[in-house]
Amino acid sequence: MAIQRDEVRRIAGLARLEIREEDLDRVAAELSSVLEYAEALKRLDLEGCEPLSFAPPATALRADEPDGRRLTARQALGMAPEAEGGFFVVPPVLEGQDP
Amino acid sequence: MTGRELWRLTARALAAAVRAGECTALEAVSAGWEGPAARWEREVHAIAHSDLEARAAGAGTAPHGPLAGVPIVVKDNLCTCDYPTTCGSRVLAGYQPPYDATVVRRLREAGGVISGKGNMDEFAMGSSTEFSCYGPTRNPYDLARVPGGSSGGPAAAVAYGLVPLALGSDTGGSVRQPGAFCGVIGLKPTYGRLSRYGLVAFASSLDQVGILGRHAGDVALLYALLAGPDPLDATSRPGPPPDVGGWDGGVEGLRFGWPANLWREGVDAEVVGGLEEAAAALERAGARRVPFDFLPGEYAVATYYLLATAEASSNLARFDGVRYGHRAPKSPDLHALYTRSRSAGLGVEVQRRVLLGTYALSAGYYDEYYLTAQRARTRIRREYEAAFSRCDLLLMPAAPTLPFRLGEKLDDPLAMYLSDIFTLGANLAGIPALSAPVTPAAGGLPRAVQLLGPDDGEGLLLRAARALEVRGDRARLDRSHEVEFTWPTKR
Repeated sequence: MAIQRDEVRRIAGLARLEIREEDLDRVAAELSSVLEYAEALKRLDLEGCEPLSFAPPATALRADEPDGRRLTARQALGMAPEAEGGFFVVPPVLEGQDP
Repeated sequence: MTGRELWRLTARALAAAVRAGECTALEAVSAGWEGPAARWEREVHAIAHSDLEARAAGAGTAPHGPLAGVPIVVKDNLCTCDYPTTCGSRVLAGYQPPYDATVVRRLREAGGVISGKGNMDEFAMGSSTEFSCYGPTRNPYDLARVPGGSSGGPAAAVAYGLVPLALGSDTGGSVRQPGAFCGVIGLKPTYGRLSRYGLVAFASSLDQVGILGRHAGDVALLYALLAGPDPLDATSRPGPPPDVGGWDGGVEGLRFGWPANLWREGVDAEVVGGLEEAAAALERAGARRVPFDFLPGEYAVATYYLLATAEASSNLARFDGVRYGHRAPKSPDLHALYTRSRSAGLGVEVQRRVLLGTYALSAGYYDEYYLTAQRARTRIRREYEAAFSRCDLLLMPAAPTLPFRLGEKLDDPLAMYLSDIFTLGANLAGIPALSAPVTPAAGGLPRAVQLLGPDDGEGLLLRAARALEVRGDRARLDRSHEVEFTWPTKR
């Protein structure tokens, strides 16, 4: 199935990615060619095949266990691009509001 | 023993020399850097991060254990608290994790020393190691060709002699295909046998840490030391891992599947020749060939590139410029911060896959693509189960071609994806598989085959890899625990 430029814009928005105008056609063509290839699955007999998320036995999640790891606030914030007073710094969450 | 000779030893012989006091751990770790790396690394570029002080510190704490002083290259997507972990991506430039991955912790506890972090395709998305923010790794057997990917750095480092062993990750063939292209063994274990804790996630239901090595016995040793349940990985497989201690036990009586329909077309004649050679060697060693037809690889490609990209689009949402990694400056609001940080930090192939996965999961297309692929995954798993009711192992190509030229598939994503056509199935089914070298192709390029086994079949795979290592010569199998290994020569 062929993907159009508008569709690429829509998906990019969902994925929080910015695709430049001049790249839209290329990206659309690349995605289309992979999806076209994936049409092969329509020829596969999937009668009686339930969806599989993980190869067994990983499908059966184990019980929760106490976790002895400790990550200090200093360690957690240590790699942040911007931190202040023990918090991660982010720009305004709602548009049009002063920081 | 001089440093010049130490790098030629197997991991087992090197650890024994360290334990016996014949050389120090630091000498064992430095040998690869002083000899082969001085000659090769500048051109091959297998290593993304190296650190003399970290190596010395590691060697200082490692004179004991089964891996005493053995240098190991670790792929740049496995967390290490003494080296950066950046997944070959600008988005993680400079990131240094506050913890070690479980496999890294276990290899250190066994006396292993990290020699450096291996270059890779960004976030393990690629089959050539050309998609790294540090630039490509080259194949030591021909510098104009790719080493395979995405674990091309670790594979090339093992091939040119920097280390006897390396850790990679295999989501769709990323250990086996570079192993094949670089002429070394590449093992992808059964899903859940090696902990994924500390492996930066690409597609969680397919990701598995894998082992690259020059010798079957070395690979068996490292597997035995690393495998086993980990409470920090919810998908870790419960119960004791398979015993691989019998790696040198031969293949007498084993039945190997021979699905020749898979290479009737679209596969290089040299690759087919390698399969014939491997089959003959296994037969000489007492194994029996069982011909049958198998599901063509195109279905695995279609299934994989829907599921893996869907999982990647979700996993890579965490790179948003807030808690770690690249952050776009002066963003007016949070939405802009996310979008600008991700667009500047993630490379072209990663963006392509995130877009594809987002599409497959988006409203209106979920059933048609994602759900269909999940059902196809069941079908593929059943195909393998049926095959293993007729044979113990499957023999097939590791890749359809010999190592290709740099740039050859860079602008054609689908062509690049098709170089994984034979390796994707094992990840979808969760079964173990390995690539093992056979004699080089006519032009001297490495050539390999792939062996696949049922769940927990690692022991069988390593026995077969060992039989190929000695080319099926049982007398040799009996008398020798080492084989000569051919190192690349400058071309």
